[in-house]
Parts: sequence; C-alpha cells; structure tokens
Amino acid sequence: MYKLSACCSMSCGISLPPKMILASLRVHKQGNGRCTNVPRNVNLEKLQNNYLFPEISKRELQHLEKYPNAKVISLGIGDTTEPIPEQISLSMANYAHALSTAEGYRGYGAEQGNQVLRKAIAETFYKDVAIKDTEVFVSDGAQCDISRLQLLLGSKVTIAVQDPSFPAYIDSSVIIGQAGDFQDKTGKYQNIEYMQLGPQNNFFPDLTITPRTDIIFFCSPNNPTGHAATRRQLQQLVEFARDNGSIIIFDSAYATYVSDDSPKSIFEIPGAKEVAIEISSFSKFAGFTGVRLGWTVVPEELLFSGGFPVIHDFNRIVCTCFNGASNIAQAGGLACLSPEGFQAIRAVIDYYKENARILVDTFASLGLEVYGGVNAPYVWVHFPGSKSWNVFAEILEKTHIITVPGSGFGPGGAEYIRINAFGRRERIIEASWRLEKLFSMGKSPLLTV
Amino acid sequence: MSLANNLSTSMISSSSSAFLAPTSFNARTRSVSVPLKSLNIVKCVATPQEQQIAYKTKVSRNANIAKLQAGYLFPEVARRRAAHLLKYPNAQVISLGIGDTTEPIPDVITSAMAKRSHALSTLEGYSGYGAEQGEKAVRAALASTFYGNLGIEEEDIFVSDGAKCDISRLQVVFGSNVTMAVQDPSYPAYVDSSVIMGQTGQFQKDVEKYANIEYMRCTPENGFFPDLSTVARTDIIFFCSPNNPTGAAATREQLTRLVQFAKDNGSIIVYDSAYALYMSDENPRSIFEIPGAKEVAIETASFSKYAGFTGVRLGWTVVPKQLLFSDGFPVAKDFNRIVCTCFNGASNISQAGGLACLSPEGLEAMQEVIGFYKENTKIIVETFNSLGFKVYGGQNAPYVWVHFPGRNSWDVFSEILEKTHIVTTPGSGFGPGGEGFIRVSAFGHRENVLEACRRFKQLYN
Repeated sequence: MYKLSACCSMSCGISLPPKMILASLRVHKQGNGRCTNVPRNVNLEKLQNNYLFPEISKRELQHLEKYPNAKVISLGIGDTTEPIPEQISLSMANYAHALSTAEGYRGYGAEQGNQVLRKAIAETFYKDVAIKDTEVFVSDGAQCDISRLQLLLGSKVTIAVQDPSFPAYIDSSVIIGQAGDFQDKTGKYQNIEYMQLGPQNNFFPDLTITPRTDIIFFCSPNNPTGHAATRRQLQQLVEFARDNGSIIIFDSAYATYVSDDSPKSIFEIPGAKEVAIEISSFSKFAGFTGVRLGWTVVPEELLFSGGFPVIHDFNRIVCTCFNGASNIAQAGGLACLSPEGFQAIRAVIDYYKENARILVDTFASLGLEVYGGVNAPYVWVHFPGSKSWNVFAEILEKTHIITVPGSGFGPGGAEYIRINAFGRRERIIEASWRLEKLFSMGKSPLLTV
Repeated sequence: MSLANNLSTSMISSSSSAFLAPTSFNARTRSVSVPLKSLNIVKCVATPQEQQIAYKTKVSRNANIAKLQAGYLFPEVARRRAAHLLKYPNAQVISLGIGDTTEPIPDVITSAMAKRSHALSTLEGYSGYGAEQGEKAVRAALASTFYGNLGIEEEDIFVSDGAKCDISRLQVVFGSNVTMAVQDPSYPAYVDSSVIMGQTGQFQKDVEKYANIEYMRCTPENGFFPDLSTVARTDIIFFCSPNNPTGAAATREQLTRLVQFAKDNGSIIVYDSAYALYMSDENPRSIFEIPGAKEVAIETASFSKYAGFTGVRLGWTVVPKQLLFSDGFPVAKDFNRIVCTCFNGASNISQAGGLACLSPEGLEAMQEVIGFYKENTKIIVETFNSLGFKVYGGQNAPYVWVHFPGRNSWDVFSEILEKTHIVTTPGSGFGPGGEGFIRVSAFGHRENVLEACRRFKQLYN
C-alpha cells in the first residue's frame, strides 16, 4: 500500500503571478523556498477523498493491526481468487519462453491489439451483432479504458452515471474537468447527472425525468447492485440516447455472469452501434485482475455531431497515450477464447456464481432485503435507515469480514452494503456462518429499524 | 463532409499498418433494418451513399484532439512502410525507423515470466489485483539498482506499463492549465499529449509549432542543449537525455544549469531517462544525480530499450516526496491518485520479468543486449561518417541523427525508402528543429544493419 512518509506539509505561501516569481523565490531561496510554482490541478482538488478501493484496503490493514490474529475474510474489493486454468497460463508461459528465441521474439505490438486476438474477441462476443475486429481495441483493462475515453471526450462534455455506480466513472470525470464542485449536502458533484437506481424502479433509471447529457455511463450486469438490465430496459436506454444524441458507454465487464436471457452486449439492441461504446474486461471473466487485459468496442457508425467518427479519435488516443496491452497477457487472452479455454473459465465463473448464491441465500434467510447475486458476482444488501460506513464498520468489527459500503458508489448506495462473491468456497461458507451469527436473533443493532 | 471522406482520411492519417483494413468501409454498406420508435433518421439503405443520412450524435468532438495535425508519428511511418511493401512486395525492407527492439529477451528474464505465469494456475501462486503503484519487490529493486545513493526510496517509485503511458498520466495530473516546454526536436508524445490535454493553442503552420508550447531549439550549434537564457518560463519542462531523436546526452554541467533554471522559475522538469543505460560517456544517468533535483524533477524510465520489453510493457516513474505544487501539496500524492483511479497496475507477469532484469544475472544479460545495439549504432555512425555526412548522436543512445542540410526530411525519408527499401524516421516528425535531419535507429539484427549500411553506401557514394 502506498504510504506517503513525512514530507513538507507546510504551505509555501501564496502562489504569485509569474512575473513576480523570480523576486520572491530569491528571497526564499535560502530559507523555505522548496515549493515549485506550478499550481495544483484544480480538478484533483475537487476529489473528495481517496479512490474507494485503496480506502477499503487501508481499513483492512488497520483492522489487521488491531486484530493480528483475526481470520479476515475479504469480500470487499472485487478481487478474483481462483487460479487461472492451466491451459491459459501455459500459453502465457510458452509465449514468454518464445520471447527468448529469434523466431518468437516480438517487439512493439499494434497499439490497438494483436490482430488475431481482436478477431477472436469479435467472433466470441459479437458474432451475432456484426462487430468487426477493427472496431475492437485491446487494452490493459476497463479502468484504464475509462480514463482513455475521458481523454477522448475532453472536459466539455456532460455525463450521467447510474447511482450507485463503479466509482471510476465519476472520479475520472472530475479529474478530466467535466464536473463541478462536490456538494456535501447531496453527496454529489455538480454537473454530473446521477440516475438513481433502486428496488423502487427495478434498478433502472426513470428516463422520463432524466435530463440530457452528452455521455451516459451504464454498467450491466451492474457493479455494485448486480442487476442486469432487461432487453426492454436497454431498448429504452438506446432510444433515449438516440433521441438525445448522446453516447452510451456500456460497461459489460460482468457479461459472462449473466444467468438469464438479459443482453450481454449493448449491441444486441438495434440502433446501438450509432450511440454506444462498449468496454469490457478479462479481469472477472478469466481471473486476469493482475495480468491486465480488456477491450473497448467503438463502432465505425458512431459519429460526433460534426460527422467525425469517434473511432478515429479513440485510435489517436490509443496510439499516443498508450502502447498496447502486454503481449504475454494478450497470448493468455487468446487462450481464454479457445473452446477449451472458454470452457475452463466457465467452470471458474460458475464457482463464483455458486458463491454468490450461497451469500444471497444467507442474507435472504436472515430476512434482509438482498439484491443481485444472480447475474453478477455482487450481492447488494439493504439496511434501511442505516449509514453504510457504519454497517461496514460493524460487520468488520464483529465478523472480521471486509465488505464495501454502498455510499462509496454514490449517494444512491447510502443504505446498502456490497458483498462480492470472489473467494474460496470454504471462506464464503465461513463468512455466511459468521454473518448468520451476527444478524440472527436480533444480535445486531443494524437490524432494529 | 461525407462519411466516406471522414473514414478514408482517418485511415490514411492515423493508422498503424495493423489497423488499416482497406476493405472495412465497404463491408459496411449493407442495409440495416432498424425498428424505430422515434424517427430521428431514415433507415440506412444498401448504397455507398448512405453517409448522407448517417445518424450523428449531438456530442461535440474534443476540440483539443481536433488541433492535432496528423496521426501520431510512428503509426504514420508504419503506414508508409506498409504502403511501400504493397508497391514492392518482394523488397527486403529493413526497418530502422520506429525504435523497436529486435533481439530476443535473455532467458533469465523470460524464465521468470514463464514461472510467474505457471504460478498463476496454482493456489499458492495465484495473485489478483496488485498494488497500483507496483509490486513492492520491484519498487525496492528499482530504488536500489538505479537510485541507491541518490536518496530516492521505494515509495517514490511507481511501476507502470511504460513511459509513453506515464507521460499521459503525468499530463492528467498537471491538467490543462499548465504551460510546458519541450526540446525541439523531441519525442512526439510530449507535445501530442499536451495538445490532447488542452494545454496548447492551435498549430501554427508557418512555424510548425503549437501555440503556447515553448520549443527549446537543440541544434549542433548549441551542442543540442538549449540556451536557457532565451527560454521563457513554463510550468513544466520535458527533457530527455540521452536524447531521442538526437542521441545527445546532457553533461553534468548542463543538467546543473537546467535544475537551477527550474528552481529559479519554480518549474517542474519531467526528465525522460529511457536511454540512460546506453550512456557511454561519464554523463549523469539520472536527474537526481544533480543536487536539488528532487525538489524540481520527476523522472520517467522504461524497460523497453533495456530488456526488449517493447511488447511486454514495463516502465517506472519517480516522483520524489520533496516535489511540491505551489501550495505545498505533494505532487506524488496526486500522481498516486491518478495511478489508483486511471490505471490498475502493470501486468504481474511483466513485473516478474522486471524483477529478474534487476537481478545480477539479469543486469548482466541486459548489458549484453544493450552492448549489441550499441555496436549496431557504431556501425551506422561509421557508415554515414565515411559518406561525408555530419552525424550526431550514436555515442550515448541507439539513435543516429544525420544532417541533410537544406532538404525536407520527409522527402529524404521517401527517397531512402524508395531507393534502398530502408525505413528511417524524418526529423521533422520530432518538431521543426528536426527539419533537415533523419533519425536512423540502431535496433535490428546485425546482418540487417550491415546490409542497410551497404545500401546507404550504394545510394550516397
């Protein structure tokens, strides 16, 4: 964990207009003149606190310091735990070995990704919706792609996010300068449209009351709620985008967890190619959280208002701000998409889905309102009237289980806790048992509402 | 402007050869039946003229990206190479353009990566998300290997997927309201990322510069070190040494002046040390060898040209804890925030390779590969010298900077490509200060480099 050791925390005084710098710094040179004269990026100043997941890590470390012998179970950060199937890691090992040979050595790859891999992604995930390999951009993961998309879009666009949502959409938006100030009262940044989701609206925003924004971030199956939008809901979303001339950035990182017939790609919806970009990842699909591989689809039909193809600019960003995903990771990705590889990965996904089912059952049996866990590896539990950081702390203190407080995903998550289903089966069962002990027989104040 | 024009222009100017799919546009001209509830557009029809009624969103294009003049330099060079191969399918093209490494990675390094891959299939060896700043062991090894006695510590080092990516992340940290200076000529990612970030004005065709960027001319006349007395203050100063493309390495005296200049102006130097291990002379390899640099400089570096990791993807950036914004806020804290939010760590397998690179055996193996490319450089330098050219660089970097006085560098590039089937890089691609020069990179199999030199001799004798 990154820790900033003792450093100068004192201010160097006011920041002066450039022409006065030389004089004032000369005065300070002998003394405290250790600051540069470069102003801090005001957008970064707007960020309220640390990115959510390092904050969770920090709490875990603090807890471990307090209870060094506790058997902490981490169901917080959605980190995969099961080993990568052998044929996939073997292909990566072989590729690595080949880099030591004249025939097998490869230098720079195409920034957009290895051609064979791009084709395999197109054929595996988009065969029925005619997305071409040239529209697929391989990356080092969705979190990185989100920021590259923000670089592409620039500071002058407006965005809408689901509320709650994966924090990278909002944080990257603030960083790039699209957002206004954070308002403590509402827990929202100005200039960002928060589309509230909850059981009351079947976890799909009421688009009739949603103002137009340029960009709409939409994640389905959803992190953190676990809800997979229905075909009907996505048709409404695409229609909404078409009516408003907006661009949907559809995060399909959990598509392979879908159990029912919910769409796995936005491009299953007719007309979506002209209004949507889709991002996805091998992280939760193949356990590649550390290996780093993902992709983004930008259809050729997607045009800016002047008719300029978005794909052209995204390609420029990829060529200038990126240098391709690791070739070894890409070799692994290709193996994932072979029939045997895909089958092996399915088994791991099913393992996590069984974990999710166990957790859902546990909470349901305790009489708690539980959502998700069917189409995604996240279980979203409602604690009406509570503050999610308090629930998080209580669960951590009493059961040594790390979860994620719902408000970390936006004000819409305020009374919820996200529990992820990644973990060894015995840990999940142990966690369920501990939670049962905590919440049954009214032992927890959290249940007295 | 018709969609056809848009797409064809886009394909010519910005694509690398792998991206270019000549038939991709035509494949799109088929009818699409769209069940429409809201009739914003008429349905597309199966004619090439569908672009007249193509749906457009109402999202404005990012004006900053619109400022960029052409594609990124290296995909453009790749495009020309691909076009040349189409014209001469049997030509033995030799690529001394894009600085792409060619020699296999030493076994000690790839074995470590293979081992890590295998381990990911085991319960004990599986690891998921790593620390975004990099694995502890790698950070520690980088600190002790490169910065041992310079007071740079493990927590000042951020492992990445390469210097090019770090440059953009640094730009995201700085934001659009800072000014920057670059050497002229320089590695194009500094200028391009600055334009994308919104720090610049429009491109001025008459001088071939973007408004609001300070271009610090580096020429043979000034020993490839800018005359700082004529350089206006900017917030950020990008400085690469050993230099890409000129190959010049700044001396201790020069870097001391640069650090002083930054201190006087309260500026931040972003020091690109990607070629440090190619240094033959006794020049500093790290900016932090200069006293006081920790308070004014960030250093970025890469395994690409040391270990042949151009495809494996691994680099690092040093942000000293002493580096502060004008209000006293530590730059490292903001960089860490960007790393945690806009990035998710370098590949764990690549990092395992990096660790092996920094073992005694790995370091020795890297030195051998670097030595090989340095020998290539020597051969190229000797060739151009013998042909009577004014040749620069090549001593401390794997780039040879050849002067073609009075000539347009893209013309020279084309002539060399046409007449010898050798790909180089035109100097003007690195800025107006590169006009009249050609960069020849020294990465290649020995026999290719020798053959290339034979062809140069034939052409220019």
